[in-house]
Amino acid sequence: MNSISNMIDWFVSTGVLNMAMIALIYLTVFAVLGLFLVLLERKVAAWFQLRIGPNRVGYLGLFQTIADALKLVSKELTGTVKADKFLYNLAPYFVIVTSLMALAVFPFTRDLQAFDINIGVFFLVAISSIGVIGILLGGWSSNNKFALIGAMRSGVQTISYELSVGISLLTMVILTGSLQLSEIIEVQKSGWLIVQGHIPAIIAFMIYMIAGTAETNRAPFDMVEAESELGAGYHTEYSGMKFAYFFLAEFINMFIIAALATTVFFGGWLSPFGITDSLPWMGLFWFLAKTFVLVFLMMWFRWTFPRLRVDQLLTLEWKYLLPINLVNLVLMAVIVWLNLTIQI
Amino acid sequence: MGYFSDIYHGIGTLLTGMRVTGKYFINARKGAITQQYPDNRDTLQMFERFRGEVVMPHDENNEHSCTGCQKCELACPNGSIEIIWDRVIDPETGKKKKAIDQHIYHLGMCTQCGLCVDACPSDAIKWAQNFENSVYDRTQLTRILNKPGSKVRAGVEE
Ligand code: SF4
Ligand code: SF4
Repeated sequence: MNSISNMIDWFVSTGVLNMAMIALIYLTVFAVLGLFLVLLERKVAAWFQLRIGPNRVGYLGLFQTIADALKLVSKELTGTVKADKFLYNLAPYFVIVTSLMALAVFPFTRDLQAFDINIGVFFLVAISSIGVIGILLGGWSSNNKFALIGAMRSGVQTISYELSVGISLLTMVILTGSLQLSEIIEVQKSGWLIVQGHIPAIIAFMIYMIAGTAETNRAPFDMVEAESELGAGYHTEYSGMKFAYFFLAEFINMFIIAALATTVFFGGWLSPFGITDSLPWMGLFWFLAKTFVLVFLMMWFRWTFPRLRVDQLLTLEWKYLLPINLVNLVLMAVIVWLNLTIQI
Repeated sequence: MGYFSDIYHGIGTLLTGMRVTGKYFINARKGAITQQYPDNRDTLQMFERFRGEVVMPHDENNEHSCTGCQKCELACPNGSIEIIWDRVIDPETGKKKKAIDQHIYHLGMCTQCGLCVDACPSDAIKWAQNFENSVYDRTQLTRILNKPGSKVRAGVEE
C-alpha cells in the first residue's frame, strides 16, 4: 500500500501524471478531429463535384466517419506472408506518433499550449521528416511492388519538398527572430506576419502552401498513393486499424500544415484588429477558424488539380520553388535589414 | 524570359481551374446532379435523350402513324422487331393497302441503339424515358406496340 502511494506521489511530483493526462486529452480530441476532417473532406469534395456527399448515417451524415472508424476497428488485420513482420507492424505507429507529437507544440490560444519549446518551428520541421520514415518502412516491408514504388516516390517527394517548407519558414523566422511559436505570435501583435513582411511573406506563403500540400502527400501531389496506378501506394497491404492510422495521420498532417501556416503567417490565435482581445478563449475560435480556412484551401487544391507526374513534381521543386525561395529569403533579409516591414 | 512567363501562365491556369470548381462549390446545394433515386421516385424526370424502351405513340382516336413499311424491322441489327402485316382495303380508294396487324418489340433483345427510330419514315416510334424495366417473367419483355383496335392515321403514306 505504502509503495503504491509512494509511486503515485512520484508520478504527481515529477509531472508524469499531468503529462499522461494531457496526452490522453490530446489523443482523444485529435482522433475526433481527424474523423471530422475526413467527413469534411468528403462533404467538400462532393460539393466541388456537384454531388451530395454522405447524408445517410446520422443527421446529415454526421456519423458517417464514426461508422467508418468502427468498421475499420472491427476488421481483420491482414498482412503479406513474406512481409518483414516487425517493420511492417512498426510503420503505422511511426506515422501516427510523429503527427501527434507535432501537435504538442502548437499554441491554440494564449495559455493552451502543451509544450512551449524555444525551437518550435525547427521541431515541427524535424518531426515531419520522421513521418516519411514510417511511409518508407511500410512500403518497403510489405513486400509488394506497388507499395515499394509508392514508398520510393514518397521519399523523393518528401525529401525534395522538405527544403521548400524549411526555407519558406526560415524566411518568416528572419522576420520574427525566434523559433519559439509563442514568441512568433507575440511578434504578430503588431500585424500578422503576412502583412508585416508583405511581398516576400506572400511569396513565402504561396510556396509554403504548395510544398505543404506536397508534404502531406495529398493531390495534386498524391503520387505516393496514386490509386489509379498503384492500388493504394505504400499502404496497399495494410488493413483494419493499421490502415486507419495511416489514414488518420494524413488528415492530422493536413491540419498541422494548416495550423503552422496559421501560426506563422496569420497571427495564430490573435483576432483580426484585436476585436476580441477582452475574451481570451476566443483565441481558440480564431485559431481554428483560420486553420480551417487553410484546410479548405488545401481541399480546394485537391479537388481541382490533376495529379502531377514524377518528373513534373521534381521540376516544380528544383527549377521553380527552390530558386524562388532562395531569392525570396535574401529579399526578406534585405527588407528586415532596411526596416521596410509594415508595422500596424 | 520564358521562365517567368511560365510561372505567370501556370498560376493563371491554376486560378482558372480553381474558379471553376469554386463556382461549383457555391452552387452545389442548388444544382447537385445526384438523384436520390428511390426517395424522389415520384418527381424524377429522365432526360430527353434517355433511351428507355421503344414505344409507339397513339393519339386520342387510337390512331398511330405506322404504315407497316418494315423499315424498322430491317434496320434492327438484333432482330428485336417483328412486324406482322396484312393487306386491307382502303375504304376511300377501294385499293388494297399494307397495314400492320402487330408490331412486336422484344425489349429483352434490344440494345437501345436507336436505329429503328432513325429508320422510321413516318416517325411512328420513339423513345420512352422509363427505366424501371425489369420484370419477373421474360415473356413480359415481348411487347406489342400498337394498341388493340388501333389503326393508321389517315393521310400517313408509306
Ligand atoms: S433500338 Fe436498336 S436493337 Fe432496339 S429495336 Fe431498335 S434497332 Fe433494334
Ligand atoms: S414503325 Fe415506322 S419503320 Fe417500322 S413499320 Fe411502322 S412506319 Fe415502318
